Amino acid sequence: MKKAITVAGLHKSFGRTHALTGLDLDVEAGEVHGFLGPNGAGKSTTIRVLLGLLRGDSGTVRLLGRDPWKDAVELHRRLAYVPGDVELWPNLTGGEAIDLLAKLRGGIDHRRRDELIERFDLDPVKKGRAYSKGNRQKVAIVAALASDAELLLLDEPTAGLDPLMEVVFQDVILQAKAAGKTVLLSSHILAQVEKLCDRVSIVRRGRTVQSGTLGEMRHLTRTTVEAETERPATGLDALPGVHGLTTTGRRVHFAVDGAHLDGAIRALGAFGIRGLTSHPPTLEELMLRHYGDELASNGLTGSGDTASRTDPSTEAAPSTETAPSGGNGGGTR
Amino acid sequence: MTSTAAPLGASRHTPSMETGPGAFAGAGTLLRFGLRRDRVRLTVWVLALTLGTLATASEYRTLYSSPEERAAAVSSMGSPAALAMTGPGRYLSDYTAGAMLGHQLLGFTAVLVGLMSVLTVTRHTRDEEETGRAELVRSAVVGRHAHLAAALGVAAVANLVLAVPLALGLTTAGIEGVDAGGALLYGLAHTAAGLVFAGVAAITVQITAHTRGASGAALAVIGVAYVLRAAGDVGDDALSWLSPIGWVQRTHVFVDDRWWPLALCLLLAAATAAYGFALSTRRDVGAGLRPARLGRRTASTALTHPLGLALRLHRATLLGFAAALGLMGVMYGSILGEAAGMVKDVEQVQQALAEIGGATVTESFAAMVMTVVAVVAAGYVVMAALRPRTEENAGRAEPLLATGLSRNRWLGSHLAIALAGGTALLVLAGLGFGLSGAASTGDAGLVLELTGAAAAYAPALWATAGVVVLLHGWFPRAAAAAWTVPVYGFLVGYLGPVLRLPEGLRNLSPFGHVPRLPAAEPVWTPLLVLTAVAAGLIALGLAGFRRRDLDTK
Repeated sequence: MKKAITVAGLHKSFGRTHALTGLDLDVEAGEVHGFLGPNGAGKSTTIRVLLGLLRGDSGTVRLLGRDPWKDAVELHRRLAYVPGDVELWPNLTGGEAIDLLAKLRGGIDHRRRDELIERFDLDPVKKGRAYSKGNRQKVAIVAALASDAELLLLDEPTAGLDPLMEVVFQDVILQAKAAGKTVLLSSHILAQVEKLCDRVSIVRRGRTVQSGTLGEMRHLTRTTVEAETERPATGLDALPGVHGLTTTGRRVHFAVDGAHLDGAIRALGAFGIRGLTSHPPTLEELMLRHYGDELASNGLTGSGDTASRTDPSTEAAPSTETAPSGGNGGGTR
Repeated sequence: MTSTAAPLGASRHTPSMETGPGAFAGAGTLLRFGLRRDRVRLTVWVLALTLGTLATASEYRTLYSSPEERAAAVSSMGSPAALAMTGPGRYLSDYTAGAMLGHQLLGFTAVLVGLMSVLTVTRHTRDEEETGRAELVRSAVVGRHAHLAAALGVAAVANLVLAVPLALGLTTAGIEGVDAGGALLYGLAHTAAGLVFAGVAAITVQITAHTRGASGAALAVIGVAYVLRAAGDVGDDALSWLSPIGWVQRTHVFVDDRWWPLALCLLLAAATAAYGFALSTRRDVGAGLRPARLGRRTASTALTHPLGLALRLHRATLLGFAAALGLMGVMYGSILGEAAGMVKDVEQVQQALAEIGGATVTESFAAMVMTVVAVVAAGYVVMAALRPRTEENAGRAEPLLATGLSRNRWLGSHLAIALAGGTALLVLAGLGFGLSGAASTGDAGLVLELTGAAAAYAPALWATAGVVVLLHGWFPRAAAAAWTVPVYGFLVGYLGPVLRLPEGLRNLSPFGHVPRLPAAEPVWTPLLVLTAVAAGLIALGLAGFRRRDLDTK
């Protein structure tokens, strides 16, 4: 597959602040790529380097096969951008701002524009100064999607939108994906990413800590297993890759590294499995694995070992562990 | 909860939150906070107004030291055109330096004090609401009227404080015709005018939901007040009595020292403020009485071109400057004929003017007016050329530069407006000056001559814009330092001859190199050099902007 975005070893400093410290990012053409990380991780800086608004200090950056700093204008005709913090001209209406941005990009599909305005329930005759944050965001989203760009760079595009509009947004992005467009979606709304993204890159303090499909990433981390057996299961703690084993009568609860899942289930089978719940780590758990130490230093729970978060007291309702972040964690039974 | 507490709490809530003392809860804290926020801003206003007044007073003292000179001033200031620009003719009956202050300066400083008051009140009320900060503050124990009360309080403090250095300064300056009582009246006349316009602003901030609309409406009221007094002082005196500026001028300070017109001001200030409070109870926080106007659903073709967008963004400022400079030209032109007569008998003035140009008095006067026109136009150019920086800081450049718009074209579109707009302002002011000058002197040749004289400053404006672009490209955080160009140009160009500054200092300013037309001979070399310098600065600035990071939020 062709690469839409290639970033390798990107560094960027602002004075003494090191915003990016060797960031890598690969986005295939035609995929929706999630770009995850907390505030200040360097997501917006990366996107601005991709737009040629900032110049990277070192490292290589290719966008649609070209240099975003040198060929900024040519590249901009092929992409659309939604900033995280949309500012509009106080005396221009939303409709005017949409037309302006879309036409400067190279053209606007009027039918599509009106349809998007309708779907996002935007009032295009209000002046920019009268819009709320969410409405300013809608203006930028409509402007980006109303022009025929092959690459969408979206920097936390739904930060000010309500849940209904969030649903509309997801639908529109899936449409864009079906139309073969490439999307880089920076976000910290995990449900959004789980729903939309083929692959994700997790950034932390200016560098990529993990990248891949959600499936791959889950495989690399621990799966939580809860089982009820005919005979009390013993000797599980001696197995490789098993962590945090708790046994209550005939019920066991443990986490196992992805590579050792098969061995653990086989060993469990020897005791006669009567009930089995397993769930792969949620995206939230994946994030916590990389950011756990920060949370811990802030006095919050959530250590690096995702599986050990499982509290034995959740025994009665094992699958509630899957947190609010989404239904994908639902177990294999 | 006890049975006695409930009714107490209830009664405090219902009637008194609407209008009673509870409505003003927190006003004291907000007043102190407002004064803290504006401590530099208001200090600058007070100092500038005081120093400007004292400098003018000492100039009058020097220029009109003998009775003959004063008599000449009386005869020249008695013309309708002169009265329209100054104040009521009563002052001419005893035209001391003090009376000249009341006659010529008070009307002008009253406008400035009004401006200060309007900007202060809108800044602490409507601007707070528009940015959403008022909502946060109002959610605390802060009453409905606290913001407006505090804003009016800040304006009142500023206006009262202004009277002190004015009165003290004038009393101690030892100016003929100025006594302590008159000086105090002179200072408090400013306070009174300021309070009236603060009251006016208290009303306008209720009407529209936007700061610009609110301050614009209040400034329009100041403008109407000025025009009314001008019309009244020339013709029907009754018109002046409709204007607060007319009232303070009718104290006839340093001539009759009448105090009672100030009472009219206080009554009007109280009435307007009270009406403002009443109106504010009829609207929601953040909303205006008048619903915000809606605009177009789609953009016009022109707007989607970079130049069209830039023109739209610059339009209001450009039109404002055009009106101000056009009017300025016409007003100066209308006294051009008298200017000759006015100074003919005043030897010192003739001497001073001769030092500037060496030509006829009319030409010297015209050359001096050109300096002022050029500096005001340069103020516009700096403002316009700094606009891209404002856009960049506000985060509005980012989405545009992420489209097919190159940095050169984006910056270039703003720059084109600044350069062409500045040039157009010069031509407009020169044309207005020339037309009304031709009418007042009967010399039709002045139209072309004065328009050309003004246009000669265009290369200096372009060089000024070049300085802005250079700073914006290479030292964006210091871009506002470009304001030193017009300020310095004004200081050395306008005050330089008076203060006898050395030639070298004048040559540092681009305006110092422009031939002082029509008093001097036209020379092309400095204009071509200035144009080349402007082109170089702009090219260098654009190169810097192309290679630097965009400042993002």
